[in-house]
Amino acid sequence: MTAPAAPITPVQAPGIPRMARLLRAREAGTLALVLIVFLATTIKNHNFASGSSVQQLLVGASLVALLGVGETMVIVTRNIDLSVGSTLGLCAFVVGDLFRTQHIPVWSGFVIAIAIGATVGAVNGLITTLVRVPSLVVTLAMLYIIRGIDSKLVNGNIVVPSQVPHAFIAVGYQTVLGIPWLAIIVAAVVIIVGYVMRTFRPARDLYAIGSNPDAAALAGIPSAKRVFAAFVTSGALAGLGGALFLALFAQVDNSAGLGYELNVVAAAVVGGVAIFGGSGTVVGAALGALLLNTIQQGLVAVRSSSFWNEAIAGGLLLAAISIDRLLALRVARSLRSAEGAHREL
Amino acid sequence: MSSEIAPSVQGARPDTPAESTVRQPLWHQAARWEVGLVIVLIGSLIFGSSESSTFDSQTTLFYGGINAGFISIMALPMMLIVVTAEIDLSVASMLGMAGALLGDLWHHGWGIWPALIAALAVGVVGGALNGFLVAKAGLPSIAVTIGTLTLFRGVAEILLGSQTIPGAGDRSFPTWFTKIGVVPVPGTHLSYTTVIFIVLAIICGVVLHATPFGRSLYAIGLQPEAARFAGIRVARIKFWLYVTSGLICAFAGILLTAQNSSVSYNAGSGLELNVVAIALFGGVSIFGGKGTVLGVVLSAAIVATLQMAMTQMNIDPNVQEIVIGALLLISVVVPSMGRLARWSAARALRSRA
Repeated sequence: MTAPAAPITPVQAPGIPRMARLLRAREAGTLALVLIVFLATTIKNHNFASGSSVQQLLVGASLVALLGVGETMVIVTRNIDLSVGSTLGLCAFVVGDLFRTQHIPVWSGFVIAIAIGATVGAVNGLITTLVRVPSLVVTLAMLYIIRGIDSKLVNGNIVVPSQVPHAFIAVGYQTVLGIPWLAIIVAAVVIIVGYVMRTFRPARDLYAIGSNPDAAALAGIPSAKRVFAAFVTSGALAGLGGALFLALFAQVDNSAGLGYELNVVAAAVVGGVAIFGGSGTVVGAALGALLLNTIQQGLVAVRSSSFWNEAIAGGLLLAAISIDRLLALRVARSLRSAEGAHREL
Repeated sequence: MSSEIAPSVQGARPDTPAESTVRQPLWHQAARWEVGLVIVLIGSLIFGSSESSTFDSQTTLFYGGINAGFISIMALPMMLIVVTAEIDLSVASMLGMAGALLGDLWHHGWGIWPALIAALAVGVVGGALNGFLVAKAGLPSIAVTIGTLTLFRGVAEILLGSQTIPGAGDRSFPTWFTKIGVVPVPGTHLSYTTVIFIVLAIICGVVLHATPFGRSLYAIGLQPEAARFAGIRVARIKFWLYVTSGLICAFAGILLTAQNSSVSYNAGSGLELNVVAIALFGGVSIFGGKGTVLGVVLSAAIVATLQMAMTQMNIDPNVQEIVIGALLLISVVVPSMGRLARWSAARALRSRA
């Protein structure tokens, strides 16, 4: 996992045309896998390529993809955020509850959800950076605390569809030119954050921090500030995910988002985000989420039995990290031999 | 407080442990966190007795063991693995897979003993897969075991589908087997899971703290490179730790099956993070190289006590998670407070200058 597989591959960049570089990117592999799974399933079951089925694919992947964006930003800095699932659940319920008791305007539902999520992220970030304790422990603790608070608030009084404004639920099922709103929102987030992570210096700092924390500190990067920002973003996106969860399902109990955290990490890892930081892109994580969901729904379409889903998803995850490792070793070897050739000259 | 690991950057793995190089006696090292845990344990016992009149009873002791026993059993191999700076998130799925295989074989007419042995064997195989991928292939354990978490649960799902064993038309499990889960060990008021946990904890404690092998786990966790150069077979040890973890979790799966008198594919689903939480609250450092079996035992006892107390107070089990999370958070924040105070003092000095 030490390969310089960050979006800009410094070794190959100059001589290689743009198209070839795009094809060599880690994300291209994930995308190709998505297409292969999609086509293979479609050959077996033609309905899989139908409009509504594709819509389902996109919607099904969107929440994990959205959370995967924030998770990637955190993992890239060599941290982890396990609280995203609980945060999503809390935000979904609080917004739903405000809709039924306070009749707040529809737009404010999104704002409140993002604000709550960002607050949770800020707590995670503050404790991790200020007290300097491992984020895995902090966010694991927050996973339980937030889920507990959520359960306390819900207290059996679940939000049902009739209590959520119609305009809000519309976000969950309406489409533009056949593309679900949900997918558009998530795609917009992926593209914006992906562009920022590729282009702007503070975002590039995240990669530096994850690659080599000491070097990053020596280079004058304000690590604590950057890591804090990554956690806040992750929390905010989990909050947005909560609002979208409410819009999609229109029904929230205290199990909303339960167990999402490991799915999100899995999607990021499948999409090429190195678990020890320093490399990986948000586009990759989103494609990882799409791949896992395509396989899952593809299996249902082909076998009409879902019992094999998890086993295959697990096998795929293991394959993804193994292949990643092999590629990393190959890159390392080719770098070494290139260095050797240079010396001989 | 000097033994607190001070990562060079938040969340980063420290290259050099901040631990004092002067060798301290074992009890001295253990004294700090474990003493705190004993106080918390006494506090939670007092809390339990004051909140519920039925708390000071042998029934509480028995059911506390039933509720927390199999999770605590899994915390022991988890702790050994975390000491070597790795993690095993597949424990709960391993428990589920072993139970599912037991149920499936029973469903297909196997005898109880062959089925039990097969269930333990699948634990060994699953653990060996984890061990191979982590120790031999050198893949990050957190990613590998998230993968096998999904894989093992998936295998359990393939084996059992949506059925519960024994279902209609199945033989029920032998009485001696299901009795393990519902009666105390003869002559005591402890559940079988409690006694097995204590026995395993003693074995782990002796192995970890009193044998060269156990000490080498700390060396691996603190500095894998140095450990390798010191002649410790890092990869081989990690491999066998994962195999052990698989075996013990499969065993926990058998115990849970006995306790429920039945098994379905999602038994123990999602418990992996509880197991990690018990180990970490017990003072095991997630960066490896630090932690005692005593701490984990105390941590398991505290969690079991608080759960029983809150259940008797009719607190929703989901809400109880706040307390578990808060304990976990306190366990990492409090030991760091000294450093934080020094840091802000230094900052104040700097700003004055």
